Amino acid sequence: MTSNDVAAPSRRPRVGMAASSWRVSRIWVYRLLFAAAFLAFWQFASGRLADPFWISSPSAILARLSEWVRTGTLQYNLMITFKETISGFLMGATAGVLAACVAGANDTIRRTVDPFVTAVYGLPKVALAPLFIMWFGIGMAPKIVLAAVSVFFLVFFSTLSGVREVDHKMVEALRTMGADRLTIQRCVVLPAAMPWIFTGLKLGLPYGFVGAVAAEMMASNAGIGFLTQNAAGQLDTAGVFAALFALMVVTSLLNEGLGRLEAWIFRWR
Amino acid sequence: MKVCHAPETVAVLEIAKPAVEFKGVRKVFQSRSGPLEVLRDFSLVVAEGEFLAVVGPSGSGKSTVLNLLAGLDMPDEGHIACNGAPVDGVNTEIGYLTQHDSLLPWRTVEENVAVPLEIRGVAVSERRDRVHAMIASVGLKGFERHHPRQLSGGMRKRAMLARTLIYNPSTILMDEPFGPLDAQLKLVLQAELMRLWSESRKTVVFVTHDIVEAITLADRVVVLSPRPSRVKLGERIAIGRPRSVHDVRFAPAFEDHYRRLWGAIETDIGRQPHDQQ
Ligand SMILES: Nc1ncnc2c1ncn2[C@@H]1O[C@H](COP(=O)(O)OP(=O)(O)O)[C@@H](O)[C@H]1O
Ligand SMILES: [Mg+2]
Repeated sequence: MTSNDVAAPSRRPRVGMAASSWRVSRIWVYRLLFAAAFLAFWQFASGRLADPFWISSPSAILARLSEWVRTGTLQYNLMITFKETISGFLMGATAGVLAACVAGANDTIRRTVDPFVTAVYGLPKVALAPLFIMWFGIGMAPKIVLAAVSVFFLVFFSTLSGVREVDHKMVEALRTMGADRLTIQRCVVLPAAMPWIFTGLKLGLPYGFVGAVAAEMMASNAGIGFLTQNAAGQLDTAGVFAALFALMVVTSLLNEGLGRLEAWIFRWR
Repeated sequence: MKVCHAPETVAVLEIAKPAVEFKGVRKVFQSRSGPLEVLRDFSLVVAEGEFLAVVGPSGSGKSTVLNLLAGLDMPDEGHIACNGAPVDGVNTEIGYLTQHDSLLPWRTVEENVAVPLEIRGVAVSERRDRVHAMIASVGLKGFERHHPRQLSGGMRKRAMLARTLIYNPSTILMDEPFGPLDAQLKLVLQAELMRLWSESRKTVVFVTHDIVEAITLADRVVVLSPRPSRVKLGERIAIGRPRSVHDVRFAPAFEDHYRRLWGAIETDIGRQPHDQQ
C-alpha cells in the first residue's frame, strides 16, 4: 500500500491551475492530520487500552530507531538489504529484458520455452529461498538470487508483450535503411518496449525487495529482515515495528527513484 | 518557354539502362476471406534517373508494388530486379518513404534523420553536419530538437523525406507522401520535391491517387488496372523541365494527359470487389 501511495503522484497528469494545486496542498494537510491522529491514538492506547508488550508505542519505536541510528545498526542493516535488492533487481531485470528480446525475435524459441517459463513463474518465489540458502549459504548471495528470480519473471513477461507489439512499420523502415537485427533491437524494439519494460520494473521492484527480506528472515545475520526476525526472537515489539518502519522507508525511496527515472526516460511523450 | 516539348530527353530515357524491372510478377495474399490475387503478370521497367508516377484505384496494389521492390515482401511468381541485381531480400539500395508515418517517436527530428548514418557507422561530427544540412534543405531548420508528435503532418513528411535522402540511395520509393495534406501545402512540398530531385536526378517511383500530382511531377505516369493488377496505361509526360508546380496545369499538353489518364482510371472506379483499404 505504501509503495502505491508514493508512486501515484508521479503518474498523475500535472495540473497547472491554482485551484487544483490548492487541492493538492490541502490533501497534504489532511495526510499529516491523519498520521498525527493515528500516532496520537496509538500512543494513548499503549498502556491504557492495550498492553505495550503487544503494540509497543510510537515513542518507544522512535527511541529504538534513534538508538539504532546512533549505534549505526540501522544504516548498516539498511545498506545490506538495499544492496541485495538493487543487485538482485539489476540482475533479474537485465536477464528479463534480454531473454524477452531473444524470445520476441525468435518465435520458435518463444513457443518452445513458454510452458516451462510459465510453470516456474507460477511457483511462489519464496519457496525457492531454502534451496538458494542451501546452495549459497547465509551471506548476501542467496538474497540477491532470490530477488533476481522474483524480478526476472515480471520483467520478462512484461517486456515480451511490449516486444511483440512493436509497430512493424518502424522495423521495416529501418530494414530498408540497411539495419541489421541487433541495430533494430537497439533502435526500435527496445525503445518501443520501454513502457512495458517499466511496468515490469515497477511491479518487479517490490517483489525483489520481498525476496531479499524473506530470505534474510530465513537465514542471515544482517539486513532489515534479520533485524525484524531478531527483534521478534527477543520479544522486542518496539524493535519489530522499528524494523518495519525502516522497510517502509526503503520501499518508498526505491519507488520514488524509479518514478523519476521513468519521467526522465519518457520525456519525449 | 518552360513548356516546350523535349523529344531528346524522351529518347535518352528509352535507351537508358533500367533501374527497376518487374517481369511477370504475381502476388497473392492469404486473407481471412481466402486468397487475394493483387498482381498478375505485372511488368514494369523504370529507367535510371526517371521519375515515374504510379496511379490506380485504392486497393489496386500500389503499395504492394513498392513493398515488393523494397524486398519487404516476396512475389509468388516472376522476377524483380533493382540496378541489375535480383531483389531477393530487403533491398537496401532504395530509400522508401512509406505511406504511414514511420518516424521513431522517442527520437528528435535530428536523431531520426541521423538513423541511416548511424546504421552506416558515419562518424559523429560528419553525421551532425550532414544531418543539419539535410534538415535545412527540407525546410525544417529550427525544429531539430522537436519530437515527431510536436510536428504537423507536413513537417513529419519533410522529416521522413530528409531521413530518406540523407543516405543517398540510388532509387527512391514514395507512397502517397502528400496524400493527407491540404492543397496549398501539397503544392509547396511538390515544388520542394522537384527542386531536390532536379539536384540529384535519382530514379523515383512515386505512388499517388492524384492525377494532377502525377502529371506535375513525373516523366511518365502508369495507371494500374483493378485487382489483379497490371499496368493498364503508360503515359509519357510531354511537359519540359524545369516545371513550375503552379503552371503545369496551363501547359498545352496537360489537358490531353489528364483526359487520357482520367479516362483510364474512371472506367475502373467502383469496379473492384470488396476493397478493404
Ligand atoms: N499483408 C497483406 N495481407 C493481406 N492482404 C493484403 C496485405 N497487404 C495488402 N493487402 C491487400 O491487397 C490489396 C492491395 O493493397 P495495397 O497494395 O495496399 O493497395 P493500394 O496501395 O493500391 O491502395 C488490398 O486489398 C489490401 O487489403
Ligand atoms: Mg497504398
